[in-house]
Amino acid sequence: MNTKNQRAAYGEALVELGRKNPDIVALDADLSKSTMSAKFGEAFPDRFFDMGIAEANMASCAAGLSRTGKIPFIHSFAVFSAGRAFDQIRQTIAIGKLNVKIIGSSCGLSDSADGATHQSVEDMAIMRVIPGMTVLCPADAVEAAKMPAAMAEHAGPVYMRVCREDLPVVTDEAAPFEIGKPTVLREGSDIVVFACGSMVAKALEAADKLAGELSLRVVNVSTIKPMNADLIEQLADGCRGVITAEDHSVIGGLGAAILQAMARHPKPTVQIGMQDTFGQSAKTYAELLDYYGLTADKIVEAARSL
Amino acid sequence: MYDQALIDDLNQKARHLRRNIVLSIDVGRAGHLGGSCSAADVVAALYFYKMHHDPKNPELRDRDRVIFSKGHAALAQYAALAQCGYFPESELPKTKTLGAMLQGHPDFLKTPGIEAGTGSLGQGLSIALGMALGMRMNGIEGRKCYAIVGDGELEEGQIWEAAMAAASFKVDNLVAIVDRNRLQASDRTENIINIGDMEGKWRTFGWEVLEIDGHNMAEICEALDKADTIKGKPTVIIANTIKGKGISFAENQVGFHNSALSQEQYDRALAELQ
Repeated sequence: MNTKNQRAAYGEALVELGRKNPDIVALDADLSKSTMSAKFGEAFPDRFFDMGIAEANMASCAAGLSRTGKIPFIHSFAVFSAGRAFDQIRQTIAIGKLNVKIIGSSCGLSDSADGATHQSVEDMAIMRVIPGMTVLCPADAVEAAKMPAAMAEHAGPVYMRVCREDLPVVTDEAAPFEIGKPTVLREGSDIVVFACGSMVAKALEAADKLAGELSLRVVNVSTIKPMNADLIEQLADGCRGVITAEDHSVIGGLGAAILQAMARHPKPTVQIGMQDTFGQSAKTYAELLDYYGLTADKIVEAARSL
Repeated sequence: MYDQALIDDLNQKARHLRRNIVLSIDVGRAGHLGGSCSAADVVAALYFYKMHHDPKNPELRDRDRVIFSKGHAALAQYAALAQCGYFPESELPKTKTLGAMLQGHPDFLKTPGIEAGTGSLGQGLSIALGMALGMRMNGIEGRKCYAIVGDGELEEGQIWEAAMAAASFKVDNLVAIVDRNRLQASDRTENIINIGDMEGKWRTFGWEVLEIDGHNMAEICEALDKADTIKGKPTVIIANTIKGKGISFAENQVGFHNSALSQEQYDRALAELQ
């Protein structure tokens, strides 16, 4: 399958957005070559600030910039931009509903070599719980490239996580991206899989493996919040069970959000994700996904159990 | 250097401002009296002497801005905003009641004239830095962003992140004012964390440092004017103040950081501020 890098796609898309909208500014905390915000810095040096290794200052500074009409995109690894600057995001950005866009790069286990300190199993949970925060998790590079423009259009704070590794392209280049709208990538009638990020491709793989045995409906849920319960119920309609799949803790992320959305009319559900554990170092992202059971085979197993 | 009539007028406004602080604390409810009163003279000088602002148009594009990084002392800012006409002074006694325009800590969505949400200490200087950068990018000349920070607040590491960044970016439209009242919530600041050479710390971080008596109106005005002449780096004004200034029984008392006033104390405070 054709693979592409989300970070590269994001970085190019931000430059493109910067060309169209002079109010876009970018801040990074000394990781711009990795988050790819450096591309924006090269294109618009006067609208780019490397804040140094100071994520807290970066977040609050972005709040100030937004009060002068700018639309700041702030960048670091997910574990730092969401975790280290949580209080600043809550206090100085979210309470004021400020127009700051927060990028959590190298999300989930995708910073495989660096280990637990650099792997974010909690970023979606801690951003999701903040009142008014929008949380995005693109399935592939194609979708990641569409998000910056949608984020800039959306008034208010948005968190977007970005995977470090190349991912299979699973979404349609021509399909428009809309915040809050899950998309069905594979029709099916027995079990519905709600997946996000790198797990969307795994879900499609599982659907292929089960062909002829079980019919899997695969839904790409790239907006973790807001989540429309009516829409989720509709997308689960006719299926006897639900699987959620995410490179993130099963506590507080996509799976938790789906369960919450399904609470009025619950169905048997299996959550694939990090089971209340931190990650660790490994040579490759794939190795870690295998080790923690974030695989197509585990989705197959779950589907058979439902 | 300054006309005595101007100074007398500003002192009178500061006295009225302190009176408004007491009115907004009311009787029997906790309120940040000490840190609001220590900053009152600086706030009066900013709003009634120095800043370019328009109460009828709080979002005036080329306004000077002030951020209360020590957000708990917002009562001083609320008082000034009310005196300027951003909202009626009758809002002040409703401070911190359900549905009030005036929250326990600044909320710009609720209160005209407030620039940013502060209260989690150590973050306002960063916000002010962002605003100063934005003002510079927007080509707004000759205007400033002022950040009022507490001396206890300097214990927050983020203050120094912002200090380094502001000097690095040569942000000369940013002025920090340290309300150095030497007390914090639970004790004298030096008994908790001794900041040592405060002036030297700011200077080595690349800031121009001015030190003044924060209750001497002429010195405050002079420092604010001098900050306009400093180019290529940010300025910090260390304002030596007395916590609870202007209310005899509260002056320099740790106990008046955030405490309730009895009816007797309330009446006495108002009488002293006639």
